[in-house]
Amino acid sequence: MGYQSWHKCINTDLVDSYKQEQELLKALAVNDKKAIERIYADNYSLIQNLILNNSGTEEDAKDIFQEAVIILYEKSKSDSFELSCQIKTYIYSVSRRLWLKRLQYNRRYEAEIASLVEIVPVEEDMEEHDKRSLQFGMMEKAMSSIGEPCKSLLEAYYINKKSMQEIAENFGYTNADNAKNQKYKCLLRLKKLFFAQYKNGN
Amino acid sequence: MDDISLLDAAERYLRGEMTEEERILFEELRKNNADVDQLVVEHHFFLDEMNRHANIKNLRSTFHDTHIALLKEGSIREIPTGKARRIYLWTRYKRTIAVAASIAGVTALLFSGMVTVLTPKADKNQVEVLGRKLDILEKNQNHTNSELRDVKHKIEIPGTPAKFGGTGFLIDAKGFLVTNAHVVKNASRVTVQNRTGLELNAKTIFVDDSLDIAILKIDDSLFKALNTLPYAIKKSSNDLAEPIYTLGYPRDEIVYGEGYLSAKTGFNGDTLTCQISVAANPGNSGGPVLNKNGEVIGILSTRQVAAEGVVFAINSKNIFRALDQMKRTDTTYQNIKLPGNSAMKSMERVQQVKKVQECVYMVKGY
Repeated sequence: MGYQSWHKCINTDLVDSYKQEQELLKALAVNDKKAIERIYADNYSLIQNLILNNSGTEEDAKDIFQEAVIILYEKSKSDSFELSCQIKTYIYSVSRRLWLKRLQYNRRYEAEIASLVEIVPVEEDMEEHDKRSLQFGMMEKAMSSIGEPCKSLLEAYYINKKSMQEIAENFGYTNADNAKNQKYKCLLRLKKLFFAQYKNGN
Repeated sequence: MDDISLLDAAERYLRGEMTEEERILFEELRKNNADVDQLVVEHHFFLDEMNRHANIKNLRSTFHDTHIALLKEGSIREIPTGKARRIYLWTRYKRTIAVAASIAGVTALLFSGMVTVLTPKADKNQVEVLGRKLDILEKNQNHTNSELRDVKHKIEIPGTPAKFGGTGFLIDAKGFLVTNAHVVKNASRVTVQNRTGLELNAKTIFVDDSLDIAILKIDDSLFKALNTLPYAIKKSSNDLAEPIYTLGYPRDEIVYGEGYLSAKTGFNGDTLTCQISVAANPGNSGGPVLNKNGEVIGILSTRQVAAEGVVFAINSKNIFRALDQMKRTDTTYQNIKLPGNSAMKSMERVQQVKKVQECVYMVKGY
């Protein structure tokens, strides 16, 4: 399947553009802002049309597109990374799948979305993504229930990657060790909350 | 080692922040202590999860910034929901909408056309017809009522000396006649005239306007009483389509007419009378209506002018009723006896008429 899809890609694309896309994906994997901008600018309109023409809103289009790029991002980060077709095709296929799922969830549509654009099978990636977004949700929930200052402290360290020294200054701890101690206390609580959900979830 | 320092150690180990010595020690601890190993695995997973969470959160915020930046730059454009979206949809679907609207319009027109052309037409007609019928009926009724009134007068002979005229026939050989009440109504003097032209004085001894029956008694010395009457007065009801004949004086000569019983009830369902189909003219009023057996089945009374050949006769059983009433109110005439048997059952019509005409008189009112 992968071979066939890629075969189509070479028919339409030059080898050069394939190389460019591979580099773009590598850049995306490390949250490169320029790469994100490029992917955004090249593909957003296509997805916007897809969603708006299938009873979606501008907000839906934005959600679906960003979700699709996140799936692409996760795929680009994985060890077994291999994209067998154009980025555009992949994003379109994923977006279409995501939107169909949402329409079905809202019970507004049972119908297919007629597609004039090439699509590739993305079911496996979608399944992986569903699992991940479930865990993402658990983390979000755990984060939101630990309360302040734990949430800000953990976010500053783990999400914004700030050093303990910075954090100690920002949060008014006398020294970095104090801040570190506090961070670990918070982390223990977070882990407890997260794993409680995780064990229930699986 | 408490939880926090263990966690710190695990984190530093996973992040590769430990010195070589520390790492060897920690790995030793992991090997010997399953709990510590479990903690490291768990923390590894958790840190990955935290990292991923962080990355996605960062990515989302990058997306947000990018979206805004690209919008500003004009690389992407937002098609806003609401009004503009409606316009967008309009431009996109206007052809479809136009086709749909035309189909809907045509269908609606067709349907309403069909509705107006077919359904209400039938309904309206029925209603109109019904209305007209009612109207006609009402008119007819009024008309017939006035005609009936007229008939009552018209059937009397406008004879020169006499004011009214009609026909009567004997119900008792001793000289008792029956005629219509309307024939002798308002008459100060009544005479009867037989076939030969002999005029005899008579007096009205009973009148019932509701039955339209009057009983006269010939009160004249010239009157020769008959032995018996050839006909019978029928008490039972009659059969539809029964052939009948009448004798009467629409003019100075006795006139024969024949027909059939066409309905068991009279005008507007009047049960006192029946409808016969026979030629009748003014002057026939009060004449006998006989069947083929020579039985009197009725007294010819009125006709419907609007329709041809529609004549009404008072059922003969009403003669019995009238007589009964008279006997109750006036004890003088208790000996009147109506003829119960016809002597003409197997007689030919001509023979019957010859006998009957002797008993039929012209009634004149002055």
